[in-house]
Amino acid sequence: MNSSDRGEVTPGRHENIKAVPVRHPGRWAGALVVIVLALMLLHALIYNPAFEWNVVGDTLFDSQILHGLVVTLELTALAMVMGVLGGIILAVMRLSPNPLLSGTAWFYIWVFRGTPVLVQLVFWNFLAAIWAKLSIGIPFGPEFVSTSTNTLIPVFVAALLGLGLNEAAYMAEIVRGGLQSVDEGQTEAAHALGMSRAATLRRIVLPQAMRVIIPPTGNETISMLKTSSLASVIALEELYQAGHNIFSRTFQTIPVLIAVSIWYLLLTSILTIGQYYIERYYARGANRTLPPTPLGRLRNLFTGKPVPSGKSDVVPGLEGGGHV
Amino acid sequence: MTGLVQPPTSDQPMVKAEGVRKSYGLVEVLKGIDLEVRRNEVFCLIGPSGSGKSTFLRCINHLEKINGGFLSVDGELVGYRMKGDKLHELKDREVALKRRDIGMVFQRFNLFPHMTALENVIEAPVQVKKENRTDAKERAMALLERVGLADKAGNYPTQLSGGQQQRVAIARALAMKPKLMLFDEPTSALDPELVGDVLDVMRGLAEEGMTMIVVTHEMGFAREVGDALVFMDGGVVVESGHPRDVLTDPQHERTKAFLSKVL
Repeated sequence: MNSSDRGEVTPGRHENIKAVPVRHPGRWAGALVVIVLALMLLHALIYNPAFEWNVVGDTLFDSQILHGLVVTLELTALAMVMGVLGGIILAVMRLSPNPLLSGTAWFYIWVFRGTPVLVQLVFWNFLAAIWAKLSIGIPFGPEFVSTSTNTLIPVFVAALLGLGLNEAAYMAEIVRGGLQSVDEGQTEAAHALGMSRAATLRRIVLPQAMRVIIPPTGNETISMLKTSSLASVIALEELYQAGHNIFSRTFQTIPVLIAVSIWYLLLTSILTIGQYYIERYYARGANRTLPPTPLGRLRNLFTGKPVPSGKSDVVPGLEGGGHV
Repeated sequence: MTGLVQPPTSDQPMVKAEGVRKSYGLVEVLKGIDLEVRRNEVFCLIGPSGSGKSTFLRCINHLEKINGGFLSVDGELVGYRMKGDKLHELKDREVALKRRDIGMVFQRFNLFPHMTALENVIEAPVQVKKENRTDAKERAMALLERVGLADKAGNYPTQLSGGQQQRVAIARALAMKPKLMLFDEPTSALDPELVGDVLDVMRGLAEEGMTMIVVTHEMGFAREVGDALVFMDGGVVVESGHPRDVLTDPQHERTKAFLSKVL
């Protein structure tokens, strides 16, 4: 080597590197296996008469199914509202320095998390068996208003109570984890500015805790959508029970179950997309640039711009939400 | 004892501590602190870490509860009320009311990350003092201008450098029009070249006569801007006096040893 070679590693070092990329023969072999398996599955789905695809198609838009769908959506939405609100209240109670509040919350969570939701559903439905009448009045004194338990709690309300109260116990733990994940310095800064405990919680801690609370809440909502089918045991005509009513009459069990599953799958997919945007909203201020929307990613793909890695570099705690 | 609770007069010290003690469980962090911070003065607290200087600062706005002694701000006890000859703990609401007048700047800034710089500054005036949002914004912009960050009003804290965040934090504290400012190692978490901007803002405040208590390792700042200085170690005040005197001619061995390492 003569001295003039030093410092000149390669002649054209300002050009882009052109190298043969690493080959992945295993991937191609794997892809082939997957394609064959997929074709086999497709073949089975199409040519096995037990699936009765024409019945699936008819059942999808059966009026009974559609009615059940609406009930399922209502039940899920209301139970989640109950769960989230109840969860926030219980979490704040559990973190309260007041032993009466934290003790009560602890007891509630202990009972509702410790018993099966199926048992709770049946319990609320049979409330009339324990107390035939519910009334408002002075404890151990005269009653002002009194109604029959069965009028006050129809099946839908029983299902809502069963699912919502149970969910509140689970949400309480999720919210508590979120509240505790917020740096203590935030509370101190708010207190130092003269903000009250309530204002600090509402304006400072809760909005930041949302980033941690939202992903598991999305999971809970998706889970609730499916768990609501348990309400069929108390004969509430939700989506699954509607299907059950049909196939117990027609004996076309498999196609009806497929139709019902398609609806559940469609709804959970929509929820997953919604969750992505909500997470994105609450990531504000946590990272310098927001992750791209799926539409934005698609645009970048076609315009040839590099696709930012998005979610993976966002916030700890955001990944893994929304998949079931 | 009751003599501490007096109607505020202008020649009264802003902060008065007599035998202030604080322990966490069995560990006594403050073992009887006596000091006085006069109005319009810059009072510097120096000392090794673990000496209790930050803890003492946090006692002043009742972020920490003291276990013994007396501590008053502007002639009023911190966290307690004298009724007859009995001490009564203040309610959270009453403590919050007193904290309005005491600004605090933290080592780790503690800006609210979900709010822009401007929103950080107007939060307390709007939420706590129920100030009109438009007026609060106008004042906040003036404060951000003052700390040299008017053009960053719409930025979130993560989009600002440490020095910029700390200056927003100072503006946020000033927005409550405090009569006393507490600085808890305000430049310790900053890159060396960003320290100057923050100290400049603090120097400006001192020139306007703001009463400031500064826990710091910036001996240059203490010497140049400070009116009084206390060296703490092991939960007690070891030496106090004018910064020039203490820093150039320390009397105690412990002070000498500490200063020889940091100067």
